[in-house]
Amino acid sequence: MELNLESTHSGTPEVPHESRPVVRIEASRGWASLELEELWRYRELLYFLVWRDVKVRYKQTALGVGWAILQPVATMIVFSLFFGGLAGVPSDGLPYPVFSFAALVPWTFFSQGLLQSANSLVASQNLLTKVWFPRLAIPLATVLAGVVDFGLAFIVLLCLMLGYGITPTWQVVWLPLLLLLAFVTSLGVGLWLSALNVQFRDVRYLVPFVTQLWLFATPIAYPGSLLSEPWRTLYGINPMAGVVEGFRWALLGTDTAPGPMLAVSSLVALALLASGAFYFRRMERTFADLV
Amino acid sequence: MSGQAILAEGLGKRYQLGEDGRPRGLRANTLRDALTNFRPLRSQPGSWIWALDDVSFTVAEGEILGVIGGNGAGKSTLLKILSRITEPSRGWAEIRGRVGSLLEVGTGFHSELTGRENIFLSGAILGMRRAEIAGKLDSIVEFAEVERFLDTPVKRYSSGMYLRLAFAVAAHLEPEILMVDEVLAVGDARFQRKCLGKMREVSSREGRTVLFVSHNLGAVQRLCSRCLLLDGGALVAQGPTGEIVARYLAGRGLATLPGQWIDLSGVERSGTGEARVEAIRCVGGDPAAAFQPSSERSLEIELTIAADAPREAGNIAVTFYDTAGTKLVNADTLALGRTLALRPGHNRVVLRIEALHLNPGVYMLGFWIASPAGVPWDFTDAAARIEVVEAGWEGPGRRPDGDGVVPCRFELRLEEG
Repeated sequence: MELNLESTHSGTPEVPHESRPVVRIEASRGWASLELEELWRYRELLYFLVWRDVKVRYKQTALGVGWAILQPVATMIVFSLFFGGLAGVPSDGLPYPVFSFAALVPWTFFSQGLLQSANSLVASQNLLTKVWFPRLAIPLATVLAGVVDFGLAFIVLLCLMLGYGITPTWQVVWLPLLLLLAFVTSLGVGLWLSALNVQFRDVRYLVPFVTQLWLFATPIAYPGSLLSEPWRTLYGINPMAGVVEGFRWALLGTDTAPGPMLAVSSLVALALLASGAFYFRRMERTFADLV
Repeated sequence: MSGQAILAEGLGKRYQLGEDGRPRGLRANTLRDALTNFRPLRSQPGSWIWALDDVSFTVAEGEILGVIGGNGAGKSTLLKILSRITEPSRGWAEIRGRVGSLLEVGTGFHSELTGRENIFLSGAILGMRRAEIAGKLDSIVEFAEVERFLDTPVKRYSSGMYLRLAFAVAAHLEPEILMVDEVLAVGDARFQRKCLGKMREVSSREGRTVLFVSHNLGAVQRLCSRCLLLDGGALVAQGPTGEIVARYLAGRGLATLPGQWIDLSGVERSGTGEARVEAIRCVGGDPAAAFQPSSERSLEIELTIAADAPREAGNIAVTFYDTAGTKLVNADTLALGRTLALRPGHNRVVLRIEALHLNPGVYMLGFWIASPAGVPWDFTDAAARIEVVEAGWEGPGRRPDGDGVVPCRFELRLEEG
């Protein structure tokens, strides 16, 4: 399709009638296509939405971006005291604070992304009912905005590693892919929940509960190596298990090379994303009426 | 005309009425409802309302089409369908060109962000490219008159500044098709005039197509050459603006179509009946308002009076009441100090009011004929409803409610020292 969005920089569009894009509006039924090209065309809007979320997130808070760090750090301290110290949970031969913090950093990215995206559509009610743009941009932007927080927490993680004299191995090159896996998981679940939230506000009560259960179902406070094969690989059904184990392997060099587990996690995460995106698109037509 | 910008065929949108009588979309609102409601909601008959029903029309490229109708007529639903916010339940539409829709002022504004940041954010949400916004930034800021506060969060703005900035962004949107709902009803009169001018300028250049929804018939008449009239979700008429506006006013149960005689034989009245008013008609002095009565213009009221014999009428009065029955304007010949000789049979009397001085709204028209001794021959305080329109109002939006009954001329001065 011929697109004319670039042609309007200054003055007026001089696009001949015949080459203007034609949009057909009618009732749709069943599953809709994802229209990813359209989303791509609105990438500047996506950028602005991410930018807004980043700018606004810590406005008028005393701690500001400190919140991005405080949450995982506080959890790490509590975990270190109770699980690492009192309960004596094994930590793959690493200092427990580093061990748990390396998992908490991607986990916080995931859980915050989930929380924010689940609420994103309802929070954007005024946009949904007043202007059209690809709706996928809304939850996508909220999860993307979390990358900034992740970056800050990651710097703290590096400092902590430095403090304990741990240097990352060459496997660190896998880190971006592992972050992508966490992103895909977060967005996949977030798409499901945000679309459901439009119709069922129960989601609001469900999300904190689900993330709490999920936290303990993920090897954050304990090592995944407690499980033996084939259960470890099966554990990858929880994609965050793959992410967390992967992070420790890539950064801290635990010899828990999570190959098969990561493969399972990646498949599950992609399935979540694809199903979430299609469900979202299917429900999209009712958003403005229901929200 | 090079072609059609919008083609709509049989567009319909239905909503389900919830238990509380509000439209509530397709299904249950909470999971519990969904689980406990065994009867499928969609099968309940009669719980659907068609907010828009079988609407077909075309808009030529470069045309400015007005959409008028009362509350709940389906105007906003139509605009929401055409701007892709909601899907039609039936029918289809084809839109050729990039659409910009303005269903509210300040779409996407975030109160924590500064004026400058909001210009970019709102512009992007409305569909502008970043480079395009950057190029228009100065012009937007100048238009909004907020230069000094550009880097202040908009939550610190006065409501006037906020609205000016929001509209300035919207006014610089240059899509091929612009859809505008009743959003321009903001700001002071001077700023509204500026907005209207900007809109006219935007639409007159380069054949940009505009769909304009407004309650302000004056603005519709100035901007639009053609109109759609919606009522109860249905398209009841389309055609030249003057004609459609007149029809809209007539269709609202207001028997005051300019220049048309209203038969008063069915009106309840009192009086001894020596002379009776049989019919009445009003003609406003403003062609731009399709001769509807308007505040500052003249109004001629013609009466057909039937007398049973040659009669000397002591006074004839035409009175405007508000809907609560308060007498607002009383044009009484008593004030002229003269009587009027009526011939037996039909007499035509013209009463000319130089300026009505009533703000736009719906009023009751009554009359009074009495003998020189003051015996009422014919009298009613509810002969017809009459609507005063806002023709003199230069702003493009709906005038805020509650500005009183009577307009006044005034100026504001800040004393030195």
